[in-house]
Amino acid sequence: MPQALPYLKETASQTAGPYVHIGLAPGDAGFDIYDQELGRDITGPNAKGDAITITGQVFDGTGATVKDILIEIWQANADGIYPGEGPVEEGFRGWGRVIPDFDSGTFSFRTVKPGQSAPDSAPHLNVWLVARGINIGLSTRLYFSDEPGANAQDPVLAMIEQTQRRDTLVATLTGDGHYRFDIRLQGDNETVFFDI
Amino acid sequence: MTHSPLFQRDREWHPPAYSHDYKTSVARAPRYALLSLENTISDLSGPRFGQTDIGALDNDLLRNYAKDGDPIGERILLHGRVLDENQRPVPNTLVEIWQANAGGRYRHKKDTYLAPVDPNFGGCGRTLTDDQGHYVFRTVKPGAYPWRNWVNNWRPAHIHVSVFGPSFAQRLITQLYFEGDPLIDKCPIVKTIPDPRARDQLIAALDLNATVPLDAIAYRFDIVLRGRRSTFFENRPEGN
Ligand SMILES: [Fe+3]
Repeated sequence: MPQALPYLKETASQTAGPYVHIGLAPGDAGFDIYDQELGRDITGPNAKGDAITITGQVFDGTGATVKDILIEIWQANADGIYPGEGPVEEGFRGWGRVIPDFDSGTFSFRTVKPGQSAPDSAPHLNVWLVARGINIGLSTRLYFSDEPGANAQDPVLAMIEQTQRRDTLVATLTGDGHYRFDIRLQGDNETVFFDI
Repeated sequence: MTHSPLFQRDREWHPPAYSHDYKTSVARAPRYALLSLENTISDLSGPRFGQTDIGALDNDLLRNYAKDGDPIGERILLHGRVLDENQRPVPNTLVEIWQANAGGRYRHKKDTYLAPVDPNFGGCGRTLTDDQGHYVFRTVKPGAYPWRNWVNNWRPAHIHVSVFGPSFAQRLITQLYFEGDPLIDKCPIVKTIPDPRARDQLIAALDLNATVPLDAIAYRFDIVLRGRRSTFFENRPEGN
């Protein structure tokens, strides 16, 4: 037997379950408990850059809407700086929680368009999804359809071998500052998810 | 701020996305392989939280929703440390929990189980780890509850746990179970985890040394997040 290595093993993931809102967004579970719920405001009041709204739905492999999903967003500011990595506007957290309407399954959130966080990296939001039936959180990215030049240079998009699948990560500009972004967990046009 | 990359996540230790016996996962599991990425600043950075984000009672579930008395149930202290795979403490990180009440009922508009809602129990709490990675909550032990999977599935008593760590790629949600519960080995959600050692790591240990005598019994639950590589030599990728 060789010497034992001193590492611990990462705690295994378990599904967030149907009642994830109690812990992470109690207002959506139907009660008021904390002075402030975390993640309700991604940018704070002083954010520079273009205000945008992103609307979408999450679909399962049968095409049904996943209404109990909880989405977390992590993003850089308009200068491409992540909070903690350099100066950002007072109150800019860059992180938020998005919960769809329980009846329609449609989510919508406001933020600012991020800048480029690395020289070749196209503007993007980092997206993490948890729900009942998702055993370990799913990671993906949201890029922007009105950045075709930057998207063409982006090393992560370039790694997606089936080029048509790259479009699953690109939110479509539908109007002034409004984008549509649907996520498909399984099946036709399945969103590309990452092991980061 | 520079960060070294994280250890690769052991996907054979975590549950796979698709678990036949956990029926909801069947239509929610991606079919294609995950795209493996080297860490970038997008994944190595992460949100920060501070004392101004949380309230003084947020980690005390016996008090944080109490209206006219204590919640019903077995009073417990739940404590432990958040560490990384290098056994280093993870300080100042946000830990959030949620759970059913002592009867197995959640305070959630979608929960219709016939056990009663407890007027003095909300069922959620949050705290920041201290500079040694310690956290503590005070709560009641949750009850087991039935759920629709097979017609006779009962979740073992459990508390849901959400943890951050300094890098967004360390983000983790899991569930803790209680030592000695015979329902653990029968649960299709527990059994999504293939390795029995990984399941055992989710079982909080009865900790008689940490009880408050004549007041609250204690359980200990340590949480391990992904570790970070040491860079002894400069990395020179040779292309792939
Ligand atoms: Fe539960």
